[in-house]
Amino acid sequence: MKPLASISGPLRIILGISFFVLFLAGWSYATFGGFVSKTFLADPLTMLDDGWQLLTKHSFLTDIGVTIWRVIGGFILAALVAVPLGILMGTYKPIEAFLEPFVSFARYLPASAFIPLLILWAGIGELQKLLVIFIGSVFQIILMVAVTVSQVRRELVEAALTLGARDRGILGRVLIPASAPDIAEILRLVLGWAWTYVIVAELIGSSSGIGHMIIDSQALLATGQIIFGIIVIGIIGLISDFLFKAVNRWLFPWGRV
Amino acid sequence: MALSMGPSMSNLVIENISRVFPAVSGGSPTRALEPISMTVGDNDFVTILGPSGCGKSTLLRMVAGLDTPTTGRILLGDRAVTRPGPDRGMVFQSYTLFPWLTVVDNVAFGLREKGVAPRERRDVSRQWLERVGLTSFADHYPKQLSGGMQQRTAIARALANGPDILLLDEPFGALDNQTRSLMQELLLGIWERERKTVLFVTHDIEEAIFLASRVVVMSARPGRIKADVAVDIPHPRHYTIKTGPEFSALKARLTEEIRVEAVLAAEAH
Ligand SMILES: Nc1ncnc2c1ncn2[C@@H]1O[C@H](COP(=O)(O)OP(=O)(O)OP(=O)(O)O)[C@@H](O)[C@H]1O
Ligand SMILES: [Mg+2]
Repeated sequence: MKPLASISGPLRIILGISFFVLFLAGWSYATFGGFVSKTFLADPLTMLDDGWQLLTKHSFLTDIGVTIWRVIGGFILAALVAVPLGILMGTYKPIEAFLEPFVSFARYLPASAFIPLLILWAGIGELQKLLVIFIGSVFQIILMVAVTVSQVRRELVEAALTLGARDRGILGRVLIPASAPDIAEILRLVLGWAWTYVIVAELIGSSSGIGHMIIDSQALLATGQIIFGIIVIGIIGLISDFLFKAVNRWLFPWGRV
Repeated sequence: MALSMGPSMSNLVIENISRVFPAVSGGSPTRALEPISMTVGDNDFVTILGPSGCGKSTLLRMVAGLDTPTTGRILLGDRAVTRPGPDRGMVFQSYTLFPWLTVVDNVAFGLREKGVAPRERRDVSRQWLERVGLTSFADHYPKQLSGGMQQRTAIARALANGPDILLLDEPFGALDNQTRSLMQELLLGIWERERKTVLFVTHDIEEAIFLASRVVVMSARPGRIKADVAVDIPHPRHYTIKTGPEFSALKARLTEEIRVEAVLAAEAH
């Protein structure tokens, strides 16, 4: 292995898959070999069987749908508020001076700590779930977008100025397009975090969703179901990440040519 | 291109311009430029020659309106320069094409900002791309171009806007010798046809002579004007003049002028 030397495509795929194979082998060895009690860790086959039961008999697909809708809903709300604010903060220093201290403070407030408060305010309905995700994402997006916009190369702005651009042109035709690919990357990253918030929100005071299923299964000691739920979250995360990346590549062909 | 209405007023007048950069945490302020005065006549091609750090970029940025002089004033025609504007086109030392726009859209940037209709925008941009020999790269992104092509695009972008004066800050500084020569010929060819007023900064003596009708030599920091030398070689100029006796004599003279300054600059650092 040489530092930073690249590897071939097929080798990359083989290496990537082999970790999953090793992981599965270790898990099978521990469970089928009887090294851990079935009460604490289900074996892979039980997990698959439990998963099948969930999907066919307990309408787990509905839970999955509900969770996805919550993540996407909360995330879109957060993005709609945060992206414009972040752009304004990155562009205009007085707005930054006004908002930055508060946003930096709010960013460190864990979204999960708001759950009890949000239940008091908004009950345990959908609004509360959306708000958890909103609070968890909005401050992160604002700050990261602001930093990205303020770091657009000065020379590009100066070139636009000498070409006759005025304030609106600088914002709309230089700062926004220059930072658009990075903003899209920020959204992809934060969407990943939104998944962790939604599960936490569903673990507490919820009657549907993947998190709700997991907490129910804990009461029944159904570790197979819990693991299946966790794996489903991982797979959905992987798919959404892949889609997001593909859309970004399609939207910004100039970034990676 | 555009019909001139009455006498053209693109005379550039620089009056007692100086620039002192404020001190950074306890140090002393940087005197980048001592008060200097000069004029650039209509349709003239003036090069500014000086050692690194003598304030050439600072001077050009002030003419462009991107930096404010500590003292003095700059007039273009009868208007004082207070901020950047499309009447002063600029080509920068570093690459500054907009990476998200194709070559043709880069060239059309200023026209779009002016509100020129899409059709005319495209026609004018294509015309300029043809003049810099990049027609077949119109739909490429800047990343797909070599350094020389990027600077040619930048020149086309500045000229498509129809500025009164073109400011160039060592535009070919990062290119290899052969490419640099070709670019000089290209730029000179455009100037011989368009007769735009040009202010061109460089630290390359041959480049300064080959392009200019006047070479202004600057001293080491703090920059002052040390010599103002007319170059009376007739146009159109062919690259072979670089080996002619007139060129060599000028080169010897400017080399001597600039050498003293380079020694001073080296001692100061
Ligand atoms: N923004 C700034 N703040 C402080 N000092 C500056 C700033 N810009 C330039 N200077 C100083 O002013 C002096 C002149 O800089 P300038 O960039 O104009 O030189 P130059 O002649 O263009 O050099 P080069 O040929 O290397 O590009 C330098 O000593 C530099 O350190
Ligand atoms: Mg410079």
